[in-house]
Amino acid sequence: MTQPASLALSQLDALEAEAIHIIREVVAQMERPALLFSGGKDSICLLHLAIKAFAPAPVPMPVVHIDTGQNFPEVIEYRDRIVEQYGLTLVVGSVQDAIDAGKVKEAPDGSRNRIQTPVLLETIEDNRFDACMGGARRDEEKARAKERVFSFRDEFGQWDPRNQRPELWSLYNGKVHPGESIRVFPLSNWTELDIWDYIRSRDIEVPSIYYAHDREVFLRDGMWMASNEWAVPPEGVETQVRKVRYRTVGDATLTAAVESDADTIDKIIEETAATRLTERGATRGDDRVSEAAMEDRKKEGYF
Amino acid sequence: MDLLRFATAGSVDDGKSTLIGRLLYDSKSIFEDQLESIELASKNRGAETTDLALLTDGLRAEREQGITIDVAYRYFATPKRKFIIADTPGHQQYTRNMVTGASTADLAIILVDARKGLTEQSRRHATISSLLRVPHVVLAVNKMDLVDWSEERFDEIYREFTDFASKLDIPDLTAIPVSALLGDNIVDRSTNMDWYQGTSLLYHLENVHIGSDRNLQDVRFPVQYVVRPQTAEHPDYRGFAGQVASGILKVGDEVMALPSGLSTRVAAIDGPNGPVDAAYPPMSVTVRLEDEIDLSRGDILCRKGNHPEPTQDIEATVCWMDATPLTERRKVSILHTTRMARAMVKEIAYELNVNTLHRDQDVHELGLNSIGRVKLRVTTPLLIDDYAENRITGSFILIDEATHRTVGAGVIRH
Ligand SMILES: Nc1nc2c(ncn2[C@@H]2O[C@H](COP(=O)(O)OP(=O)(O)OP(=O)(O)O)[C@@H](O)[C@H]2O)c(=O)[nH]1
Ligand SMILES: [Mg+2]
Repeated sequence: MTQPASLALSQLDALEAEAIHIIREVVAQMERPALLFSGGKDSICLLHLAIKAFAPAPVPMPVVHIDTGQNFPEVIEYRDRIVEQYGLTLVVGSVQDAIDAGKVKEAPDGSRNRIQTPVLLETIEDNRFDACMGGARRDEEKARAKERVFSFRDEFGQWDPRNQRPELWSLYNGKVHPGESIRVFPLSNWTELDIWDYIRSRDIEVPSIYYAHDREVFLRDGMWMASNEWAVPPEGVETQVRKVRYRTVGDATLTAAVESDADTIDKIIEETAATRLTERGATRGDDRVSEAAMEDRKKEGYF
Repeated sequence: MDLLRFATAGSVDDGKSTLIGRLLYDSKSIFEDQLESIELASKNRGAETTDLALLTDGLRAEREQGITIDVAYRYFATPKRKFIIADTPGHQQYTRNMVTGASTADLAIILVDARKGLTEQSRRHATISSLLRVPHVVLAVNKMDLVDWSEERFDEIYREFTDFASKLDIPDLTAIPVSALLGDNIVDRSTNMDWYQGTSLLYHLENVHIGSDRNLQDVRFPVQYVVRPQTAEHPDYRGFAGQVASGILKVGDEVMALPSGLSTRVAAIDGPNGPVDAAYPPMSVTVRLEDEIDLSRGDILCRKGNHPEPTQDIEATVCWMDATPLTERRKVSILHTTRMARAMVKEIAYELNVNTLHRDQDVHELGLNSIGRVKLRVTTPLLIDDYAENRITGSFILIDEATHRTVGAGVIRH
């Protein structure tokens, strides 16, 4: 048994308590909740919090992966192993299947970022999910900084940033009509540094690509892209082997690596505390399109 | 490290977002790419200097109009503390979003434009902060650069504010003259106002004492969810999950369940990282009891000699947040701790005039953004405390039964 040293929670323990409270509210209030699990560090923390929230009972909802088909193999391997280990039900929304069925079309540059949204919305509709929890954090991006913890979506999955429900204290309103749904962000108040602190203090395993390793990369728009079947260096651009790691894990065509020697959790935390770039600024091609790229995607139903 | 949540408040254009931008900028909490992106956005808008308000005004519509529409949350830390900032809108139309940001704040910074003095909106926000019992308030008299850094002007506004605040409930007030635009008294002490002896805003935020704001006396544990694995490994496990609202709950303690009134003892407390001996706010835990008693979501664990009042008649001050006014006999849903019920408005006793704090008893409905005293009859007994004693068991929200929007926020006063 652990004895409380004082009657104050550290800020990390307070964030954990808040997230668990939110996750339990979702399951208590909603009829068909789901948890979005990509194998990235935020959704890994979210899943661990969900496991803690209901222990020793199993997590009472399926985990959903919107699979672009352009994945880092280490991440898919990790995903499947965790699903197996915790006896979870995995629902995959496949972007490849949607392309094959002619429902969506890849962008001319091969990016599948934008067409994730219709696949996500279809997965929600097909499974009649009325709540989807995700690991998004408000510190990631300026439109996310504006979003409620319980974020209402209409029957088209749209977010209306000018007309959000008031959200007071820790009272969350999950009431929806059929077809409408709520996106829930239990990690709203966490920062990137909090995530890594949590991973260290709770000894959580994350995919190996988060740790510094040698990888064949090339430079695109000032960012290091892994060269693989989806990201091929343009003519005249040489690939080279560099010591890199990933700060975010998304679509393999879009997510860049950062140069780093941080091959242990302590070094990652040191590096995260000292960094001068946000994780999206450093690694995400998708947010550079325009000033309101994220807001626009979210209005369409993106996470 | 501990955590301070604070919110901005005040009239439109008094400089709230600029102040937050300045605070983040001068404390070196801005990332290079964020700075680059607001530099570019400022230039695109034809501005000569970088508009630091763009750090929180992140929506397209906000940037187009140069106003804040909804709360932005920002995070930063100094070696002393971690901070969660809620930068709220000053525009009256978006009062509901200000209320959202202020409801969880330990501290509110109420900005006043030194040229204009207090406006109706400054008074409304001061009233809301007091109603929500935000324990600490900073009066930031802003745009001191535009009034020649005048001590007389600062004193005048300070007196005007304390005059008004004397009718409110503001336990801890600190006034600071600042220029959000130029950075005076935000992170560093100003050199333009030698007459000011106090500290900078950041110093105050880092040092204000918040430890005693929690209620550790009255045990209140609203049950959120019953954990019953019914697995081969845990066939008999039955735990009551929830977040401790107040008080300290210990293994072995005698507890009473409400509304059943049955008593038993705490057999074990399971925390997120294993069993613990005691639980206190804001811990999320699962409590196991010695006896199988009737207990489910919406019920509360407390003590025999110290328990909330079960009642179907609730008197509360309500902030109404919907375009359709609240009228007598109207039915709404009510969410109080983890219990959802229906309520009918029996009476609207008065509306509070936020300028004069006069109670207007001739008014029998509450329009958008107005505050008033409401008597409700609820379908089932709620387990309530006075908000002054307990922010969690003393508050509720009202939900429209047709639109499902959150339309009202209430604080309970006996
Ligand atoms: N001269 C001067 N101008 C200031 C100061 N602080 C803010 N301003 C200007 O006042 C205007 C409004 O500032 P904002 O920070 O957007 O005001 P706000 O209070 O956030 O407004 P809302 O969020 O829409 O209520 C901007 O043009 C600022 O540059 C100050 O200290 N001195
Ligand atoms: Mg503003």
